[in-house]
Amino acid sequence: MTIVHHLDDATILSYAAGTLGEALSVAAACHISMCSECRTAVRKAEALGGEILDDLETIAISDVRRAATFASLDDARAAKPAVVKSDMPAPLQRLLGGQDFAQLRWRRKAPGVAIYELPLSKGAKGSLKLLSIASGMTMLEHGHGGEELTLVLQGAFKDKVGRFARGDIADLDEDTEHCPVIEKGETCICLYATEAPSHYKTLLGRLLQPFLKI
Amino acid sequence: MIAVLLRMAEKTHIPLPSSRQDDFAALMFRVANARDRAAFAMIFDHFAPRVKSFMMRKGASAELAEDLVQETMIAVWSKATLYAPERGAASTWIFTIARNLRIDRLRRESSAYFTDLEDFDAPSDDVPGDEALNRSQEDSQVARALAQIPPEQRELLILSYVEDVPQSMIAERLNLPLGTVKSRMRLAYRRMRKLLEVVN
Repeated sequence: MTIVHHLDDATILSYAAGTLGEALSVAAACHISMCSECRTAVRKAEALGGEILDDLETIAISDVRRAATFASLDDARAAKPAVVKSDMPAPLQRLLGGQDFAQLRWRRKAPGVAIYELPLSKGAKGSLKLLSIASGMTMLEHGHGGEELTLVLQGAFKDKVGRFARGDIADLDEDTEHCPVIEKGETCICLYATEAPSHYKTLLGRLLQPFLKI
Repeated sequence: MIAVLLRMAEKTHIPLPSSRQDDFAALMFRVANARDRAAFAMIFDHFAPRVKSFMMRKGASAELAEDLVQETMIAVWSKATLYAPERGAASTWIFTIARNLRIDRLRRESSAYFTDLEDFDAPSDDVPGDEALNRSQEDSQVARALAQIPPEQRELLILSYVEDVPQSMIAERLNLPLGTVKSRMRLAYRRMRKLLEVVN
């Protein structure tokens, strides 16, 4: 798989630092699971985190707590790595409980457009969903709020930025306006994450607006 | 904030002893393979006070911070066999454990997506050989590089890594457009990477 469109360095940094919200982080993690280049970039950014942690001023731990930690070591079970092998990015596979795309209960939003909402933690902002868009469709011209990510999982779309196929992620500046066209052939399935509280101005909102008047 | 940055800048002028990261990797090896409590104690005494500080900088009380320190250090003990020194320094690995706990417990979000990717870090997987060799050396150079970047870029790194402030809130706090914050973050990150590459 040749990935052309990667995560922005600012997103890599936020992801590694742990400040990126859950919805965006899941989309980023799915891309990272498919992209060795971004994986290397994340490791470098995490190394920076390690160094910054190492450099923090120290605050003494109470003797009671130190003793309690050591006393509980015997009860701590050794962790084993989870072995996951699938075409589905691992973070998505977990959220879908092992189901594949065909098994999901998609909600039809408009002719050729269906969505599947993915669960997030109670504390998480924004939303995370799968979008299924029929081949040959053209999305409306839209901009980006700067806080959204779109990862292609199946099929492809083209716009003035380029061609986005499986593994490519659109991490676009807020001033990028485009109107993607879904390639002929396969239905395009994307993982779409946004931190925005409402659908206003987001890709999905603009895509569905004329159909749903939202 | 300024006092913190100055203190940090002062500290970062002192180069770290290059062998220290390797020492912690060796201690981790003893914890993983011999369940060596003395080795664990040395790791605990170095990192636990830093993890406590890390949690309190995000706003945790001393009590909660110590809860999270305990959880972090128990994870270090129980996941020790998953630590691979060729992937990064022990400090990097402990940072990721503390970061994930902070997301789960202080932000009440899930950090499971990080854990989902642990398997992808297998040393044979796409990591060029020279990169693996350079890594522990690279980790010990980060502090010096940090001292060389412009203060406004360093501030963004501290806000992100230490204070756990998201981009959009940094923009609000500094009264800057999100795009400006993002381009500063890009600059900071690229500058850091470049400094590290020059060193290597």
